[in-house]
Amino acid sequence: MRKHRLALIGLIIVIVMTTVAALSPYVAPYDPSELDLAGNLSGPTLSHPLGQDKLGRDILSRILYGAQVSVKVGTVVVGISLSVGLLIGSLSGYAGGWIDEIIMRIIDILQAFPGILLAIAMTAVLGPSLNHVIFALCLTGWVGYARLIRGQILTVREREYVQAARALGAGPLRILMRHILPNTLAPIIVEATFGCASAILAEAGLSFLGLGTQPPTPSWGSMLNEGSHFMLVAPHLTIFPGIAIMLVVMGFNFLGDGLRDWMDVQRN
Amino acid sequence: MSHYIAKRILLLIPIILGVVTLVFFLVHMIPGDPVEIMMGEQAQAADKEALRHELRLDRPVAEQYRVFLSGLVRGELGRSIHSREAVTEIILKRFPATFILTLAAMMVALLIAIPIGILSATKQYSLMDNASMLFALIGISMPNFWLGPLLILFFSIRLGWLPVSGIGGVQHLILPAVTLGMGMSAILTRMTRSSILEVIREQYIVTARAKGLAERVVLFKHALKNALIPVITIIGLQFGALLSGSIITETIFSWPGIGRLLIQAINQRDYPVVQGTVLFISLCYVLVNLLTDLLYGAADPRIRVGGRGADA
Repeated sequence: MRKHRLALIGLIIVIVMTTVAALSPYVAPYDPSELDLAGNLSGPTLSHPLGQDKLGRDILSRILYGAQVSVKVGTVVVGISLSVGLLIGSLSGYAGGWIDEIIMRIIDILQAFPGILLAIAMTAVLGPSLNHVIFALCLTGWVGYARLIRGQILTVREREYVQAARALGAGPLRILMRHILPNTLAPIIVEATFGCASAILAEAGLSFLGLGTQPPTPSWGSMLNEGSHFMLVAPHLTIFPGIAIMLVVMGFNFLGDGLRDWMDVQRN
Repeated sequence: MSHYIAKRILLLIPIILGVVTLVFFLVHMIPGDPVEIMMGEQAQAADKEALRHELRLDRPVAEQYRVFLSGLVRGELGRSIHSREAVTEIILKRFPATFILTLAAMMVALLIAIPIGILSATKQYSLMDNASMLFALIGISMPNFWLGPLLILFFSIRLGWLPVSGIGGVQHLILPAVTLGMGMSAILTRMTRSSILEVIREQYIVTARAKGLAERVVLFKHALKNALIPVITIIGLQFGALLSGSIITETIFSWPGIGRLLIQAINQRDYPVVQGTVLFISLCYVLVNLLTDLLYGAADPRIRVGGRGADA
């Protein structure tokens, strides 16, 4: 019961964030780049509920606009990684033999770079930008989905219903679409939910290091980076963007956990 | 066992070769002229040519690759463009700081995770259990680039208890270690709890209880030993997260390890150092994973006899 509640909270957070990202031009009280040098670094007031940054820009508006970057990173990275992963994973599982062997070794190599190290290295050479971050995250992002679908194909391939389909003359593509994918959908959705959380976290981390989204585009990670220079005088610059990141990541994690439990129950 | 070790090491060779190749090609992915990007547009043409020659960027790629590999075998990773020091020496000078920080973070994680995991498993669904699972959820979702600044705000700026940054005594280590270890402690808490809950339902635990052993003996002597085996693996796998997490943590706390070295090198466009550091961190990770596998094999004989499922 407790899990269901958490999953529901997660779902609400995700929906609110997506809505905020879509409607940020309408719900944000100020333009995120509007300067107000008189109010620089001032804390929360009635007209600026979350305070202002070093150029006097409204923190609340920048956080609302920053949701756009996070939603973009989450959806694009997961979308591309998922498609590439499905394609390569199915190829690997179906073809077997040396094709499978080569693909698995490439996956091993990509997984030999811990966490966001490869993304840091890629953005370091390509130059800092949001698109490079997305590219770098996709470069390793597909691996998890590929392994998942490959493993699933290997276990399902010899099941009777797949053999029956094959005996009836179904081709590999049809078997994949009609018989294998529907059975793999549940773990893929769970993986994609956690994937959104880690893509958002990675973008924020890279932007925090100065390797991601570039000014003046507001991103939660680069806001935290700016805030770290003014911790003594303006702690609100550090506190609020961090809350936004944590809430959203927590939302996806709650949702992922809840979905996994729910699907386990369905399966049993 | 020796057969298992040999097999694992042999499997490592293509992975290491792949990592080395990928890192080698990093410099070739720089859009435009890498030498110009490293030295800036104002640099003298002669200096640029000298650097181009030193990095062998004026030679065919195959030759560059061969020289890179043969240098690597001798432990040479080139020289820093910035300080002219050998990259290997810079890394070895910086590594102890990262090693200490990672170890301390792991200690923090274990000191939090094991007791809380045990407590919440033995008192399942109690208030304590709920609270610790909430802690784990928050810990997993809390990015270290936010936790670090928050800890500084509270413990250094407000309370003045601990230094803001730098290296020195134990007091300098506390905040970075907690920042780095928190995510891992959250994952380990969940893992310890679920692992104990699983083991506690086994027949040999029922037997141990049935023969009248004290609950404490059952828990610590019978259950914990088996429950901690999967926890060992997670510790090993999480070591990679610690290594990459140390890049951000070291940057926040100005901790002079290889993570901060990497970011400094990126900002100075010192690509030989970037290459060397990325390679070094990945090789550490690969070796720790190997060690974890071997330890796991030693702890659980089933692993080294059978395969590891279709996915391995």
